Amino acid sequence: MSIQYKHIQCTINGRPVDKMVDVRASLTDLLRNDFRLHSVKKGCEVGECGACNVIIDGRCYNSCIYLAVWADGKNIRTLESLLGPNGELSDIQQAFVDEAAVQCGFCTPGFIMTAVEILESGKEYTDDQLRKALSGHLCRCTGYENILRAVKKAMYRRLGKPMPEA
Amino acid sequence: MSKSVGQSKLRVDAYDKVTGRAEYTDDLCAPDALIARIVHSTIAHGMVTGVDTAQAESVPGVVKVLTCFDVPDRPFPTAGHPWSTDPHHQDVADRLLLNRHVRYYGDDVAVVIAENEVAATQAARLVKVTYEEYPFVLDAQEAMGFDGPPIHEERPDNILAHTQIRRGDYETARQEPGLIRVEGWYDTPTVQHCHIENHICYASMEKGRITVVSSTQIPHIIRRVCGQALGIPWGKVRIVKPYIGGGFGNKQDALYEPLCAWLTTQVGGRTVKIDCAREETFVNNRVRHAIRTHIISYVRPDGTLAARKFECFSNQGAYASHGHSIAAKGMGAFPQLYPCDNIEADAYTVYTNRPVAGAMRGYGIPQAMWAGECHLDDIARKLGRDPVEYRRQIVMPQGYTDAFSKNCNYYDTFNQVMDKGMAAIGYEEKRKAYANQTGPIRRGIGMALFWYNTAVWPISLESSSCRMVLNQDGSVQVQTGETEIGQGCDTAYAQMAADAIGIPFEDVHIVSTQDTDVTPFGTGAYASRQTYIGGFSIQQTGQMLKDRILTYAVELTRQTRANLDLVDGQIVRTSDGQVLMSLGELATEALYSLSHSQHLTAESTYQIKNNAYSFGCTFAEVEVDIPLCKVKLLNIVNVHDCGRLINPALAEAQVHGGMSMGIGYGLSEQLLFDPKTGRALNNNLLDYKLSTFMDHPHLQALFVENPEPTSPYGTKALGEPPACSPAPAIRSAILNATGVAVNQTPMTPHVLFRAFREAGLFQEGETAHV
Repeated sequence: MSIQYKHIQCTINGRPVDKMVDVRASLTDLLRNDFRLHSVKKGCEVGECGACNVIIDGRCYNSCIYLAVWADGKNIRTLESLLGPNGELSDIQQAFVDEAAVQCGFCTPGFIMTAVEILESGKEYTDDQLRKALSGHLCRCTGYENILRAVKKAMYRRLGKPMPEA
Repeated sequence: MSKSVGQSKLRVDAYDKVTGRAEYTDDLCAPDALIARIVHSTIAHGMVTGVDTAQAESVPGVVKVLTCFDVPDRPFPTAGHPWSTDPHHQDVADRLLLNRHVRYYGDDVAVVIAENEVAATQAARLVKVTYEEYPFVLDAQEAMGFDGPPIHEERPDNILAHTQIRRGDYETARQEPGLIRVEGWYDTPTVQHCHIENHICYASMEKGRITVVSSTQIPHIIRRVCGQALGIPWGKVRIVKPYIGGGFGNKQDALYEPLCAWLTTQVGGRTVKIDCAREETFVNNRVRHAIRTHIISYVRPDGTLAARKFECFSNQGAYASHGHSIAAKGMGAFPQLYPCDNIEADAYTVYTNRPVAGAMRGYGIPQAMWAGECHLDDIARKLGRDPVEYRRQIVMPQGYTDAFSKNCNYYDTFNQVMDKGMAAIGYEEKRKAYANQTGPIRRGIGMALFWYNTAVWPISLESSSCRMVLNQDGSVQVQTGETEIGQGCDTAYAQMAADAIGIPFEDVHIVSTQDTDVTPFGTGAYASRQTYIGGFSIQQTGQMLKDRILTYAVELTRQTRANLDLVDGQIVRTSDGQVLMSLGELATEALYSLSHSQHLTAESTYQIKNNAYSFGCTFAEVEVDIPLCKVKLLNIVNVHDCGRLINPALAEAQVHGGMSMGIGYGLSEQLLFDPKTGRALNNNLLDYKLSTFMDHPHLQALFVENPEPTSPYGTKALGEPPACSPAPAIRSAILNATGVAVNQTPMTPHVLFRAFREAGLFQEGETAHV
């Protein structure tokens, strides 16, 4: 059988990219294999676990069920884009560190990217709304407890409000 | 003096994990690795009569197709146990790399090696396997004496093992007049670990040796098993364990490492990768044993236990893996948690045609606590006693010592954890408020205790090795064989090492990766052993290094050895507290000295011949919608006595994760099988219901810190214990709300509907449509 390739142009973590991609490849494959962006994790490859989550034009997607060819013309951000030029952590990364929201770390990049989408909305969410917004991600280590705390903490800090006592 | 231990230090691996820099197995694999895809059986039991590989081999990119007719006829064991040099204590060797006699739906029959994933997957579908089919059996009790070909010829009755405990005289004791008899059958399901990183490994050869990089908890054990499976000297195998995306016991087993190691030898040592799909992780790795338990208790009207009988039937699935150890550990809790003079207990582990059961967080204790704690509530109810107040009367008392393990219950732990849990959840008030409810929506509050013992002594070896190497700047590399699998042991080890040596936490560099070529021997992460066991060798090695440093300091400072100490990275004269030099200055001088150059290092092994109980409880509050048969968990609190906390924040996080797993075990998780074919029906993360962000309330983790006297840091098990008691506590709360005792977990609407109907909770006509 002949493999079909298609030419795409997109932006990945702020860098313009020109690439021939296998039309069968997922965006996960493209990011991991061609760009060595290893924060994009594979946990199920069918859109169930959220470990491969990236931001495309401002919205979160499971990159495992998003074809690489669809990335044409899109602005894609992975966890690697959050770090400052001197290795400084972003507020949400620091919150995950400070709140012990990281254990095995495999679901962490996906969770952080959804948190980025939440924080960039500039809105204040209740706990229930945050739980729902984050529910596309599975984690087996944390019981989600400290992840909620980390996202909440970063949200209130950005909103310039004190975090309400639990 | 202690500086680091006891503080909530930030994880040493957190930065790498929140930036995507932490490298897991797949991140390290070369892009040109060959991809192996396994062909799984499509019948539950039978004999492979032929494998036609012609079509598969014609797929472009396919390098080789290997079948069950090609593998060495050398059965090997897979359990992640320390090896025993006594043949009677060795694990059962009952599988080959690929199997002609297939024993479950999904057994490994053949493997395709290809240049890429697409070719491997396509070719695997084109491998044609023919079978002679045998009858199959999925239930443990049905498998005992099943009328069909045995699953393993060596065991015609399918019973892998049967062990028993006898204490006193059960038969005579139960004849005592006036006893109240309570009997129950308690069921637990097949569940899976669901770590987010699937099992993955890759293997290659260099200079005649095989290297396997694997997502495993037990690198040194994997080296031994690969050597056994391939029939090569163990030193010819090197295992590398990088960061792993969770394990929970599934990766405390040789999964596909032996096959992968063999595959590289079949393609001239080229790199071969086996990357399990999620669907394979569910079925072709390991699962938790489904255990059915039967308990009969004879109780005096005053609540004391006169005689007790226990039987459990553990569903092993197709191969032995950890085998009987799980049921045996579960049964071991029975005579200890509520001591009774007259006990008859029997545990059976039975081969069935289900996926292979192995280790999973709690190792038999979640099943045993489900049965035992449900039964305790049943007794309390029959006696008209409150579950907490009744447990206080009969639970293992302070000072109790187990004759076999020599474990001692040093403190009044059970009462302390119950007091703390009751206060946190408002037990007394809620128990009163929820008495005499009517109507469709009812609330309830309940609880369960758990018994757990740390590590595996005296059943098996307990030892740990540690290496410390001093750098020029006074910082120290620390290595142990015990692995970081997400639980945070690298951070705890850094804290313990800092205190043992006398340097700041920041000056400890933990080498997280285990590489069997360079890492000191240690058996890995399991049995909630790492912090307890690792602590012995870390303290010992730290003191050795400190002693060498101070001995060298005598030369440089002209002070006596007895008058020197290492405090916070400074060489201090103890008589007046004067800082004489920094450790960095000493280390630099020691390495480059033209008169006496010395590389200051220490390495040692500590064999532990002790063990430690680690106890606690769960309190749960639920709201039950009776017509919908739905349970909403409103509140849940776990209280643990795991000794002194090395790192309170990480301990709390560990408990959250275990509670979440325990909640899933109680309410939603179950791997289902088609009774007609034996095929798993829901082996994916959508249809298998592990807890999501929406499925539980705030998880409250509390501690009672009674220092463990046998541990140099006062610590003991915490990894597995949090998953042991949530399910029975939820059942206890449902019982309190509805008066219905549910004897099967998970307590899904299907299960509750049956239980509520049998209990007459529905009015006439309400179930007419069902």
